[in-house]
Formats: sequence, structure tokens, C-alpha cells
Amino acid sequence: MADFILEIGLEEMPAHLVTSSEKQLVDRVSDFLATHRLAYQAIKPFSTPRRLAVELTGLAAGSEAVQEEKRGPSVDRAKDDNGDWSKAAQGFARGQKTTPEALVEKDGYLWAKTEIAGVPAAEILSHLGEEVVEKMTFSTYMKWGNHSFSYIRPIRWLVALLDEDVVDFTVLDVQTGRTTRGHRFLSNADVTVGDAQSYEATLADAFVMADADKRKATITDQLETIARDQKWGLDLSTDQAQDLLEEVNNIVEWPTAFAGNFADKYLALPKEVLITSMRDHQRFFFVTNEEGELLPHFLSVRNGNAENIDNVIAGNEKVLVARLEDAVFFYQEDQQKSIDDYMDRVKKLVFHEKIGTVYEHMVRVRELAGELGQALDLSYDELSDLNRATEIYKFDLMTGMVGEFDELQGVMGEHYAKLFGENDVVAQAIVEHYMPTSATGSVAESKVGAVLAIADKLDSIVTFFAADLIPSGANDPYGLRRAATGVVRTLEAHDWHLNLLDVLTKFKALNSETADADLNQIIAFLTDRVRKLAADDGIRSDIVTAGTADVTTGDFVYVADRTNVLAQHSQDDDFRDVMEALSRVSRLAAKETVDTPVKADLLENDQEKALFAATQNLNLADLEGQGAEALYQALAKLQNVIADYFDHTMVNDDNKAVKKNRYAQLNALNTLISGLGDIEQIVIK
Amino acid sequence: MSSEKLSVQDIILTLQQFWADKGANLMQAYDNEVGAGTQSPYTFLRANGPEPWRAAYVQPSRRPADGRYGDNPNRLFQHHQFQVVMKPSPDNIQELYLASLEALGIKPLEHDIRFVEDNWENPSMGAAGIGWEVWLDGMEVTQFTYFQQVGGIEVDSVTSEITYGLERLASYIQDVPTVYDLEWGHGVLYGDIFKEPEYEHSKYAFEESNQEMLLQHFDDFEKEAQHNLALGLVHPAYDYILKSSHTFNLLDARGTVSVTERAGYLHRIRTMARQVSKVFIEERAKLGFPLLKDEELREKYLGPKGKYAKKEEQD
Repeated sequence: MADFILEIGLEEMPAHLVTSSEKQLVDRVSDFLATHRLAYQAIKPFSTPRRLAVELTGLAAGSEAVQEEKRGPSVDRAKDDNGDWSKAAQGFARGQKTTPEALVEKDGYLWAKTEIAGVPAAEILSHLGEEVVEKMTFSTYMKWGNHSFSYIRPIRWLVALLDEDVVDFTVLDVQTGRTTRGHRFLSNADVTVGDAQSYEATLADAFVMADADKRKATITDQLETIARDQKWGLDLSTDQAQDLLEEVNNIVEWPTAFAGNFADKYLALPKEVLITSMRDHQRFFFVTNEEGELLPHFLSVRNGNAENIDNVIAGNEKVLVARLEDAVFFYQEDQQKSIDDYMDRVKKLVFHEKIGTVYEHMVRVRELAGELGQALDLSYDELSDLNRATEIYKFDLMTGMVGEFDELQGVMGEHYAKLFGENDVVAQAIVEHYMPTSATGSVAESKVGAVLAIADKLDSIVTFFAADLIPSGANDPYGLRRAATGVVRTLEAHDWHLNLLDVLTKFKALNSETADADLNQIIAFLTDRVRKLAADDGIRSDIVTAGTADVTTGDFVYVADRTNVLAQHSQDDDFRDVMEALSRVSRLAAKETVDTPVKADLLENDQEKALFAATQNLNLADLEGQGAEALYQALAKLQNVIADYFDHTMVNDDNKAVKKNRYAQLNALNTLISGLGDIEQIVIK
Repeated sequence: MSSEKLSVQDIILTLQQFWADKGANLMQAYDNEVGAGTQSPYTFLRANGPEPWRAAYVQPSRRPADGRYGDNPNRLFQHHQFQVVMKPSPDNIQELYLASLEALGIKPLEHDIRFVEDNWENPSMGAAGIGWEVWLDGMEVTQFTYFQQVGGIEVDSVTSEITYGLERLASYIQDVPTVYDLEWGHGVLYGDIFKEPEYEHSKYAFEESNQEMLLQHFDDFEKEAQHNLALGLVHPAYDYILKSSHTFNLLDARGTVSVTERAGYLHRIRTMARQVSKVFIEERAKLGFPLLKDEELREKYLGPKGKYAKKEEQD
């Protein structure tokens, strides 16, 4: 049993790629060992900004010898009529680098048995360079020096030790050895690793915490200790805090947390400006008081120890203050102008070269939002706030603050709108129109904001489609898929049932920029997002296909609803029977379309009369209005009536009038069933 | 930090001496308006082709839109960059850089120095690189880049570029609240020299520039650049590309260029930058890549009759 360490020494990698690269190295090394049949007990990864490493423990001395059997021709084809080896046998033997005589007979075939000898671990591991290190893939690459080879960052050293012995290989001009590098400043450049077992400890002595998980735990502990001592609130549980912690962890090798301060007067800035300045620009953690209000302090992490940390604190405080000074400047300057001033400048801002300006986009959004607002029965006040919001909702793009902190678009819009005297509903709609800002981000909460968000996104989709700027494959440069997902999620969150096709048809006719849009294509594009969301929720693909089939009006909330309802009921004991009964109706109805009403006097047997009685008061629009669950329940109840019907009724009766009437009944029922989508798509096991 | 605080000119002298000792040739600031040290032909042109090149120089860099009438503590119409280019990139370039900070009295153990990912791109010059911002106690003091593409062409030999923001670095070293309080040398302050031009240039760029004249100049400069490019006169052509670029920046600062037009102008500059890179390599090849001493590389890049041998990269 031996241990082994591989370390790839690099110039500082991008923080966001360290963890994924560490995992990739583990996967590649595991695959490599499996391919070479080299057994080991455990694999442990290490990573810092400057190194990716894996440690193997309990490594076998070499790969196991194996016997490989390959099947050749059948025995009766092995020899010709003269009893000589056939061409097939000779060819097979040659291919296996043996002779026909050496082949073994078994189960009526000839077999070649090859002995693959075991290979010593050191020899196998010497292929790690070409088979693992060089094979790593990254989302960003670079060349350096005169090399044409690309990698995430320049490779500066390689450590490969099998117990105490160096395993030789090279990558480019870098030769493996036992020399690693410690912390850039706290350690001398070259550090010798005695053997594979002492890798982690050797680096720890050289001020490198190589285990990324331990390093993160250390940082967390240091931050929380300071916060606790100072009685500051520190919330590391949010997504943003976790992202920051992950980034900070991957830009330090030896962390030491510290606290800094800024003057109280900066607390007058909007909270988001302070948080963005600290978190996004300086990688600081912000702290709060018991009420959750920001305190004029921050926490950060140095890549080093505590010596001379006062310099570091002072420097970081100075940088933050310079940034906040800038923010104060913009905050004051911005308030000297008016929303009208900014809107004048929005008129020059281009939305897309082929489509026009942001201002023209806003004018169209105003029309569309109006249509949507009417269709959704917004109140008079809501419609009037919506109208005002559509007039101004992009003004903040031209403010100095958003010019400097572009991530604050919308947020500053809301803030400034209030300062400029707009009401709270209008102001909130401005920030909400960007929502959701991520796949799982929250959607606009207020009705006015939600309508604006939907209209803004729909206009983008319609105009980009009309200009033939349609996403294809992985290519979606204008984020139209994200916008479409946003539309669907917002509609769902507000439970807004809407005939979107109607609304868009009216809208399309209003503007030249929308005239060329194929609305069916757009409805299909949005339906695709419903499908994706349902699949992401873990719904079976056949049910997703069924529930999202035949979408015509674009009531996506209902489409999503029925898909969920089908998914829920697919667990019911009687789901199979219900689906079979309904499918039978659908299949027959598809054979002959009859849309005349069912004539009661032509109904002959009791079973068809029973079916008629059970269905004559069911109306698709009513049931859909109550939701897909109501429709499903109504149809599921018919299961026995339908079964009885088919047991006793020949649909293709000799009497044409009776036959037609039966098809009319099946068609009417099928209309109800089609409210669940295309149930024929459901796979019944 | 040393008790005697280095003046701006001490910083320049120290960096010049340091990099000269490391093999860089000290060039002078380029005598044409540029927006960054990268635009100097000592970086932009020399980064093309396979020839080695090592240079260091101070480059005053004009960015009309960043003018603040001398009112903002950090933002300037014209700032100064100390530019170092080492091609091909040395294996110890990061260590060399850190040693240069030590030469300035910045002892790494007394500070927090980080290399934070920051890939650099200048679309108008068709240039892109991979690298970092260097943070000194949270302040970005240097841009560190490995050029991957210049003039839209993938590089043959990678240039490592180190761009020190001199005002930033000096503000840190001298610990002053605004750039105008920096001591340039001999008790003369930065503000004594630059506050008035900052105000005047801001006033000019934002309020007084003659739009029609600038538009006309842009067209004229573009024509002149193309004329020279056709003749293989690389350096005059490049001068006119720089003039076009600066003229556009002045127009842009005035805020009268619409975003659509903006894209059009940038496209015109980029087209010329691509051409000049190509012509530069061809002309150097005709001269036989005189700075390229490595026989193997000469073999690789120099074809028969002084033709650049490497096939065009698909982009």
C-alpha cells in the first residue's frame, strides 16, 4: 500500500473556477485509475488559488493482472473441408497476435486468451501528465510565453510523489518534482515535500491551507467570532453571502479575517449602494444591528496572517471611503436633475440597432401594458399607476449612480422615483420590472410591477423575433429565454389566466417593429419555457409533453396547472384506468369529427343515456375556469360510465343517424378531455 | 513603508531603473494622444508577430469622458500609466512585478496583495487578454494582462503587460486624500501642474469642442490611415488610427454621438486596427523579423522571400 500526491501549481486561477476544477481533477484521476485498474482506498482533493491537487491513499503496488477472453469464429467455421485452419480462424488469431493453435475451444466457439500483466503504480502514474493534467477543460483558457498550449492559467510547477519517490513526467517544459511553493509572502518560494503523506502538513507549515473545506470553515469561524465579539449581525446564510464566502475562500491561501469601519455619514446613502460597494466591489461582508440596519463597519479577509494588519485595515477603509465618496457625489448630482431630464436622454439610448431606441421600446410597452392591465381587470388606480410607470421606468439608466454601479439599475430607479415625488406603487414597479433576475429569483410582487415586468419582457421577445433575432441552440445573446421564463413565472405567481394570443394579436398590429412577428412561434417559444419549468420540477417527460400539448390561447398558467394536476394524479391507483377510458374516447373521436349537438332522442341504450346525463352539463370553459383539478375530477368520475358505455355500445351502428349521434357524443366528451392537453402522450405502464 | 515618502517622479525613476535592470528598454511616452499605454505602438504594434520585445515607459493617457473639471479626487481627463511589456512572457513575471513593489518600499508582508481575475478587452482595438487586477490592501493599483489577441489576430508570442496606475499607486504611497495633493517632485504638487489643464480640458471636451470640425477630422484621419495602410506605411497609418480614436473619444464625451452611431465609429476604428496589425507583421517579416534570434522560431515564422509563414488564424 502506498500513498500518492499530485499537485498542479498555477498562477492565480479565477476564483469562480477553483472549486469546479478541483472536482474535475478528482473525476479525471478516478477515471484514470479505473481505466488502468489501479486500486486505491481513498481520494482527497485540495485546492487554493494557486494549486489543484489530489491525494490517493491505500494505493495498490500496481494494477492487477487480468486475463482477457475474446470470442472468435464458431468451431464449425474454424476449419475448412481439408481440416486446415479456415481464413476466419487465421484472421482472428492474427488480429489477437497469436496463432490458431493457441486458441481455446469453449461453448462452440474459439477463444483467444490474453494475459494482461500488472503494471507497477509508478509507471501508470507517469501517464498522469498527458492523460489527466493536459486533458483538463476549463471555461476560460490562455496561452503564455511562446507556447501554443492553452490552460486555465500558466502551469508553474508540478509535484508528483509516490510515497517518497518522484513520479517523472512533464507538461510543456514543467518537470514533476518534490518542490511546491508556499504562501507568496509568508514562506520562501521553494518548499520541499518529503513524501506524499506529508503534503498537507508541509503546506500548512508554509502558510497554505490546502484543504478548501477546512479553509472555508476557518474563514467562517473567524468572521463569526469577530461579529459575535462586536455584537454585530452577520448573516452568512443568504445566497449572496455564500457566493461571497466561496469567492473569498478561493482568493486566499492563508486567511485572516479583520474588521474595518467607515464614517456614519455614509449611512445616508441608499442601503443597496452601500451593500454593492462593500460586497460586489470590495468583497467585504456587511454587518447589521439587531434591527437589521446597516452598521458603519465591515468584515473582510486578508491573504496572510495578523501581522501588520493595521496597514491592511487602513488601506481597505480608504478604498471603501473613496468609493462611497464617489457614490455621495453621484447621489447629490443625480438629485439636481429631474425625471424629464433623464427621459430626454433615454430617447438617445439604443435598444437594439435593428429595432430602435429604449424610448420607443417604452412606448410600445406602454401600449402592451395597457392591454394587459385591461385584460387582467386592474383597478382604475392601478391602471393609472401602471401608465405612469411605463412613462418613466428606464430613467435611472441615465443617472450617474447607475452609470457607476450598473448592478443598481431599477433599485436606484425606485429610490430616485420616490425622491422625485412619484408614488410608492410607481416606484416599486420600476425596480420590479427587472424581476425575476435569475432562474429562481423572486418575481414582481405588486400587480402593477408584475404587469410592467411581463409587458417589458414580451415586447423584447416580440420585437426580437420580428427582427429575426431568435435564440438558437445554446445561443441566446439577448436573454430572451430568461425573459420568457420570467413571463411564465410571473403569470403563475399571480395566477393570471390570460388569453395571451389575443393580447399579442392586438399589440402586434400597432407597431411596425412588431409587424413581422410570428405569434404562433412566440406562443410555442413561451410554451417551451413552461415545459422546461415543469421538467425542472421533476415532472415525468411524457406528462410534460401531454400537459403542454396543443397550446393555442396562451393561457400558460392553466397549461402549467394541468401539467401539475396530471403529474399529481399519475400517482393515483386509478390513474391508469382513468387514462385508458379517456384515451379510448379520444382515439374514437379522432376517427370522425362531428360537431353537431347530441340529440337525446337518438340515444338508444341505457349506458349512452347515462353518459349523456353525466356529461350534458359539463362545460369546458366553466371547468377550466375552476382549474385543471376540477376538470380532472369531473373526467375521472366518468371512468365507469365510459367503461359501461363501451361494453354495451357499438359506436359504428348501421343506422347512420345513430352512428353520427354517437360520434357527436364522443366528440363533445373529447373536447372536455382535450382540456387536459394531449393525454395520448402519457405512457401507461 | 519607508518613512521618506516617494514623490511621483521618484516612483517613475524607481520603476524605470527596476525594469531596465530586468531587461526592458526604456522608451519615451508616445507623442500622440492615446487613451492608454496599450495604444502606444511600443505595446500595440510590438505585441504582434513572433519577435521578442521588452519595454517600459510612462504614458500620459487621455480619456475625455473621465474628465471632472479637476473636482473629483480620483478621476481625471488625463492620467499617467507606467507601462511594462515583456514578450514572450517570462515564467517569473509575477515575481518580477512583486519585486518592483518592494523596490517602491511596499513590503508584501506589511500589506495584502492579491491577484484578482480581471480579463481585459479593448474591442475597438481588437485586443483581448487574460489576467488580473492587482489589489493592494483592497485598492486596484495594477492591471496585469497576458495578451491573447491583438488587432483581432491571435498572438504568436504572448506579451505580458503590466500597467501601473501611477496616480493610484502614488496616492497609496504618499497617503493623500486626492490626486491633486500628490507631490510630483521638489515640493511641487500634482495639482500645481495638472489642476488647470484638467479643468480646461474638461470644459473643452464637454462644452466647447467643435463638433463639425471633429466629425470632419475623423473622416480625414480615417482616409489618411487607409491610404498609408495600402502603401504598407505602418507607422504613419497607426498614428492616424490613434488620431481617429482620440477624435472619436472627444465626440463621445460631448454626448452627441448616438449609440447606433457609436457602434459605427467603433467598428471603423476596429477595422483599421485589424488591418494595421496584419500589415505590421507583413512588414516586419519583409525585414526578416530582425529581433527574432531563436533559429527554431525563425524557421517557424519566416517563410521564403521574407513572407510571414504562419497561416492566418480562423476567427
